[in-house]
Amino acid sequence: MHKVYTHVERIAGNVVTVRATDVSYRELAQIETRYGTSLAQVIRLEGGRVDLQVFAGGRGISTDAKVRFLRHTMQVPFSESLLGRVFTGSGAPRDRGPSIHENLIPIGGPSVNPARRIIPRRMVRTGIPMIDVFNTLVESQKLPVFSVAGEPYNPLLARIALQAEVDIIILGGMGLKHDDYLFFRDLLEEQGALSRSVLFIHTAADPTVECLLAPDISLAVAEQFALQGKRVLVLLTDMTNFADALKEIAITMEQIPSNRGYPGDLYSQLAARYEKAVDFDTAGSITILAVTTMPGDDVTHPVPDNTGYITEGQFYLRNGRIEPFGSLSRLKQLVNSRTREDHRGIMNTMVQLYAAFKETLEKQSMGFRMSAWDSKLLKYGERFEREMMDLSVNIPLEKALDLGWRILADCFDPEETGLPTKLTQKFWPKRADAGAAA
Amino acid sequence: MSENIGKIVGVNGNLITVEFEKPVIQNEVAFALSGDLRLKAEVIRLRGRYAELQVFEDTTGLKEGDRVEFTGDLLAVELGPGLLTQVFDGLQNPLPQLAEQCGFFLQRGKYLEALPRDREWLFTPKVRHGARVTAGEALGAVPEGIFEHRIMVPFGLRGAWTVEEIAAKGPRKVTDVVARLKNEEGETREARLMQTWPVKVPIRAYAERLAPTQPLTTKIRIVDTLFPVARGGTYCIPGPFGAGKTVLQQLTSRYADVDIVIIAACGERAGEVVETLREFPELTDPRTGKSLMERTLIICNTSSMPVAAREASVYTAVTIAEYYRQMGLHALLLADSTSRWAQALREMSGRLEEIPGEEAFPAYLESVIAAFYERGGVVKLKDGSTGSVTIGGTVSPAGGNFEEPVTQSTLKVVGAFHGLSRERSDQRRYPAIHPLESWSKYDGIVKREQVEFARRILRQGNEISQMMKVVGEEGTSIEDFVVYLKAEYLDAVYLQQDAFHEVDAATPAERQQYVFERIHKILKTPLAFENKDAARRFFQRLTQTTRDWNRVAQGTDEFQALEQRIEKMIEEAADYA
Repeated sequence: MHKVYTHVERIAGNVVTVRATDVSYRELAQIETRYGTSLAQVIRLEGGRVDLQVFAGGRGISTDAKVRFLRHTMQVPFSESLLGRVFTGSGAPRDRGPSIHENLIPIGGPSVNPARRIIPRRMVRTGIPMIDVFNTLVESQKLPVFSVAGEPYNPLLARIALQAEVDIIILGGMGLKHDDYLFFRDLLEEQGALSRSVLFIHTAADPTVECLLAPDISLAVAEQFALQGKRVLVLLTDMTNFADALKEIAITMEQIPSNRGYPGDLYSQLAARYEKAVDFDTAGSITILAVTTMPGDDVTHPVPDNTGYITEGQFYLRNGRIEPFGSLSRLKQLVNSRTREDHRGIMNTMVQLYAAFKETLEKQSMGFRMSAWDSKLLKYGERFEREMMDLSVNIPLEKALDLGWRILADCFDPEETGLPTKLTQKFWPKRADAGAAA
Repeated sequence: MSENIGKIVGVNGNLITVEFEKPVIQNEVAFALSGDLRLKAEVIRLRGRYAELQVFEDTTGLKEGDRVEFTGDLLAVELGPGLLTQVFDGLQNPLPQLAEQCGFFLQRGKYLEALPRDREWLFTPKVRHGARVTAGEALGAVPEGIFEHRIMVPFGLRGAWTVEEIAAKGPRKVTDVVARLKNEEGETREARLMQTWPVKVPIRAYAERLAPTQPLTTKIRIVDTLFPVARGGTYCIPGPFGAGKTVLQQLTSRYADVDIVIIAACGERAGEVVETLREFPELTDPRTGKSLMERTLIICNTSSMPVAAREASVYTAVTIAEYYRQMGLHALLLADSTSRWAQALREMSGRLEEIPGEEAFPAYLESVIAAFYERGGVVKLKDGSTGSVTIGGTVSPAGGNFEEPVTQSTLKVVGAFHGLSRERSDQRRYPAIHPLESWSKYDGIVKREQVEFARRILRQGNEISQMMKVVGEEGTSIEDFVVYLKAEYLDAVYLQQDAFHEVDAATPAERQQYVFERIHKILKTPLAFENKDAARRFFQRLTQTTRDWNRVAQGTDEFQALEQRIEKMIEEAADYA
């Protein structure tokens, strides 16, 4: 019953143009070529011409390819049977399981009414002191991991996912190396978490357009689970590949680039995805952890820069450690007042002292004499890095706070820390040589 | 009036091209009709028989040939009692009511009335039959929360009008006519409790514009003491992400000494709006003893909401601020963030294929920003009272680099600059306003010479610290080292402030004056130490004690005890030789 068009006017990159009538904006179409069928989406209507973005790419499309419009926008099936399964970026099975067609839901739906959101209130415990103590992850937070190629960001993501107490894990892979995909799948399986996970994987070998779909599909499914009252953790890796796919398509569409070739709406595009993170007032929640690799370790690059403005903080992963500077959790203040009364004090003081340690290191490297204070800082910095920052440390928050006090007491007098006197009186480890509070 | 209908011939993102036959007005509002949907749009360019419209909603599903209905009106807002405490989107749809009707998600094409139509307000007339009035003068008043809400002669009326009829005291709805006016030409006009006004046109129904001279206290020490803002002034807060722009805005919205606070969350996170939304009703305003929400109004077009409405949202906000200024009230508009609004302009300009300026922003960016900030100001109203609109906008420069077009265009037109620095936020020195780079043209609450002295210490301290990086501590004289420690002390105990501590978060003007007087004295006192380690230890102890002092309420015994302890410490180290 659908009319078939067989005259393609133009093919440029992944975009083909046909003359057609009664086509609606963003509708899907099916394109048949000698090499198979592919889906395509309407991305512009202009005076009777329809521009279509072909998911499988423009390669192999002939000028007489058959184009059939489907009368609906992009959809994804949603049901419990998704759990434990692996799909491609456009939702086709990647494992050997059957394809699912029940209960189709549209992707990229409208945003949540701000009046129906609530203030996040639950901490997500990860067992990593650099997160739990210094930059607490909060349910419904959106947080990227800023990193450079070669850092262990995927293992970090996987570890957080496995240790966090969530009901559902959804992994959206964009431009993932095939071995990374296998790493995630095998690890989730080994730890028995695959049965509560859904994977939407676009690998580097797949068509670019599918890379754009992976986050939308992942988040649409996450949203449905959250509406059922589930606490969902969405992992997206790597959002820079997503932005690059946006760039590629914008340039093919002859859009005026704004900054380093990226389209002017990069911020809005990224925000539309990240803002799906939510805590519903009468249902579940979505927490988003995403990897953003920084080309050339440059945080002012448009992708990390725009991301930083959208997300509620960021983790910097550098030299295999989460850096205390630059890393930030905007929402930590909402939960760390209720963990333990010394949490905020320890958090601020230890980082301030670590900053002083870094300055001392600089002085040391320039060959200046070390004062008594400098020696204390050197001792402190070394212990802080070894006992707190190392990613292999895996202890609950309370233990980490106690450890913080111990390190401080071993290195400093109470008044040197700048901690409120009330706290040092209560928490300063009692030792023979540690003087009473000033 | 006959219907003016056009036909869609092109869709590109949220830009649609429409073929029309009857006359069309630039910037008029139109609705794109598709099935049951009615999507609001605005005409932004006309070429021959084609109009280009930006649609304020997602355009998915629109087709060529779909009808477009032109309304003949510019984009306008409803002004009247019932605005305060509300949460609107950029087009003035009340979000909580929208949530009641549509559930968790926003639904496009759903537009609700901004002001509640069935609510009754107790109207009291202020003029008599036969009185001569002009635009903006009060006809009567209704109580709105803690304020007397003036019902004014519609702002669009020109010349003098005579009151033909005025309603008696009694309950009225916003749509009820409360007065009939007649001018010399014999034209008659009706005045209701509410009126509408196009958002992009400033309300100018006042006697004259004055210079901003009164300080607006925010209870943030570094702002009030070093870089003050004036009532009716404008200021901007540029800063890289994570430097604390939003926390600063939230604190200001909470503690600022004004009558009305309008928060325009423009293209930022929804989460932040939610914090305001859920917390403010529970917080009490120390000035009135009522809930903070009673003086607050939120316009929220967060980053995932339609881009075109972002631009509208800042104008909606400033128009409402101007409306309350007409009542002799002091309004503060906090726009977070103006960069997102500029980006919305850029997106549209790109779709229109205009010749791009710097970083692809349109060439008219600068004049648009200037015109927006110029809507702030103190005015003398026709009845002699004064009102003000203060505008504080955050800027989110790409890469944290202030050399970019939005920051630069903004700096040209504002009266104060609170530049946030990544360096300070990395060191956890909050608020991360850079004490050497920021500036203000307004007068503050402490004496100018004291501020100048403090600034000199900060500058010297910075120079010495730079020098120490080259020559080391051993190459620095003890005198210089003490200046450096004094600068660090001033920074630690006065410029830094703990936003999450109940007492330290807000320092009232009197306490700032009191404390700054003391700190100024300490900075002036010559201090002598045996060696640098002794000096450092002294300042560490002094800093800790002063910080403890910041954390206790003024007027308590503990406050006095700590003050005495500080004085004693200084006494012991002072060098009067």
